Amino acid sequence: MAGERLLGWIDQRFPLTSLWKEHLAEYYAPKNFNFWYYFGALALLILVNQLVTGIFLTMNYKPSSAEAFSSIEYIMRDVNWGWLIRYLHSTGASAFFIVVYLHMFRALLYGSHRKPRELVWIFGCLIFLLLMAEGFMGYVLPWGNMSYWGAQVIVSLFGSLPVVGASLVEWIRGDYYIADATLNRFFALHVAALPLALIFLVIAHIMALHEVGSNNPDGIDIKKYKDANGHPLDGIPFHPYYTVKDLVGVAGFLLLFCAVIFFAPTFGGLFLEAPNFEPANALQTPPHIAPVWYFTPFYAMLRAVPSFAGTQVWGVLVMGASIVVLFFVPWLDRSPVNSIRYRGPIYKIMLTIFVLSFIALAVCGVKPPSGIYPTLAKVCTVLYFAFFLLMPWYTKFDSVKPVPERVTGHV
Amino acid sequence: MSDQVDHSRRRLLTAATVGTGAIGVAFAAVPFLSSWQPSARAKALGAPVEVDASKLEAGQMLKVVWRGQAVFVVRRVKGSIEQLGNHDAMLADPASDDSVQPDYIKSSGAARARNPEYWVGLAVCTHLGCSPLGAFEANNSFQVAGADLGANWPGGFYCPCHGSKYDLSGRVFKSMPAPKNLTVPPYAFADSARIMIGVDDAPKV
Repeated sequence: MAGERLLGWIDQRFPLTSLWKEHLAEYYAPKNFNFWYYFGALALLILVNQLVTGIFLTMNYKPSSAEAFSSIEYIMRDVNWGWLIRYLHSTGASAFFIVVYLHMFRALLYGSHRKPRELVWIFGCLIFLLLMAEGFMGYVLPWGNMSYWGAQVIVSLFGSLPVVGASLVEWIRGDYYIADATLNRFFALHVAALPLALIFLVIAHIMALHEVGSNNPDGIDIKKYKDANGHPLDGIPFHPYYTVKDLVGVAGFLLLFCAVIFFAPTFGGLFLEAPNFEPANALQTPPHIAPVWYFTPFYAMLRAVPSFAGTQVWGVLVMGASIVVLFFVPWLDRSPVNSIRYRGPIYKIMLTIFVLSFIALAVCGVKPPSGIYPTLAKVCTVLYFAFFLLMPWYTKFDSVKPVPERVTGHV
Repeated sequence: MSDQVDHSRRRLLTAATVGTGAIGVAFAAVPFLSSWQPSARAKALGAPVEVDASKLEAGQMLKVVWRGQAVFVVRRVKGSIEQLGNHDAMLADPASDDSVQPDYIKSSGAARARNPEYWVGLAVCTHLGCSPLGAFEANNSFQVAGADLGANWPGGFYCPCHGSKYDLSGRVFKSMPAPKNLTVPPYAFADSARIMIGVDDAPKV
């Protein structure tokens, strides 16, 4: 009784019950969600993991070029459970990108980016963009040699822009080389500015989704058929049904995640690169500079474009375009159906080629630019863009299957 | 008192207020954006370095530190300057098209210098950032590196880490680990032998 009275007191002053109902207890999600629908919830879980472990890391980390590297070693060796907190954070970064890539792939499978969910998609693309900035700056903080030279290479990219390039690079670095000032400002952005923006965008992403309702593997609108209470016949309340289902996904995810943390935290040099176990050295470049794996598809595209007319800016532009083109997907897709289940063979082939070329680009970005890799990267860059830029035509002319009125499967 | 609202007047005032506010925001943003520029301390530490090269004998070299990097200043022997253009066929990038140097260096051709007598360049191997050594004597084995640089060695720089060879203008030979010629930083002559490293134009005295 006291609990109800307290809730009533709060509800008169803050919309607690109505928020709970709107977003969980009475948010009707399609009942045919499958495996691919785990990754949104998992991304949220990892965001929380990154925030919590990140806060605890800042308690011992020193954002100065003189102390950063040794403060990380201090966390790893002397701080109680410091190694676990740091590996949760570093593995979490890679897991974040795995989950986000799969989450984005789900949208391409089932047409989740399409009308009326364009803004859900755009907020998502902005989250992806910020996540890349967050990942990059986070990688600089340990001030290992790969941190240093990675920052050197990435910041130099801006130097290839005409006219403003050189002064822009100086402005970003705050010095004439990657220095203490650079590290210190990257720390500020990594722990305060970008996480705040990310949280805001995640809220916007979920609010936009709950405004229009979730898509589903059939890509059809479940609001067409409603019961007497006005609830979709093919929908079930998110809580408890999907909160409990997502818990199963969380358990499965944590098994894999913890296995990496305890048995392969560097993941063979992919999650934490070997040169980063040496302190930053402005006079000694690592033998081969490669970004962390989640940037390598884009890095491969950067390297695939040759310099032309005396400037290397084209590669930078192509890399930028490879991200910008994502924002336009809702309008590039002209298919009369949403889900891949009812699309024709052309889209299936194009999506397969796209996924394969994205993976091949990731491999090219890890390898040194010699042998077959430069050619492979060039071909895959063309295929990556072909998927998007030819989309208005092939989705229009592709055959389609009849779309059911109600969701299918064991429902 | 009138119950008529003058909407166009209200719109104008609203627009003027928003516009004034926007200008204020733009001005308020300046300190924050400007705070990202190199600080006074960074500028002081990154200031141009003055080198008095008149102390160098022909064939001698000195290293100075500029912005955390070592810089070579070499006073070249007359005879070796004249021979600089003779081995272009052995070089990976003889005209320095793919290498880093200020535009005003280009016209000097094989000398790669504002004054052919003095060569200025970063002491950073373009392969992996090791510091090359001076190996100026032609046809000689090189004592410091303990390496035989061969009978055709015209004199230049030798990187002890992975064996990259450069000529006396810092131009890399073909089939070396290093991809580019040694970088030439911006520099200028304050007078005949006083070199300012880090500026394109010497300050007027």
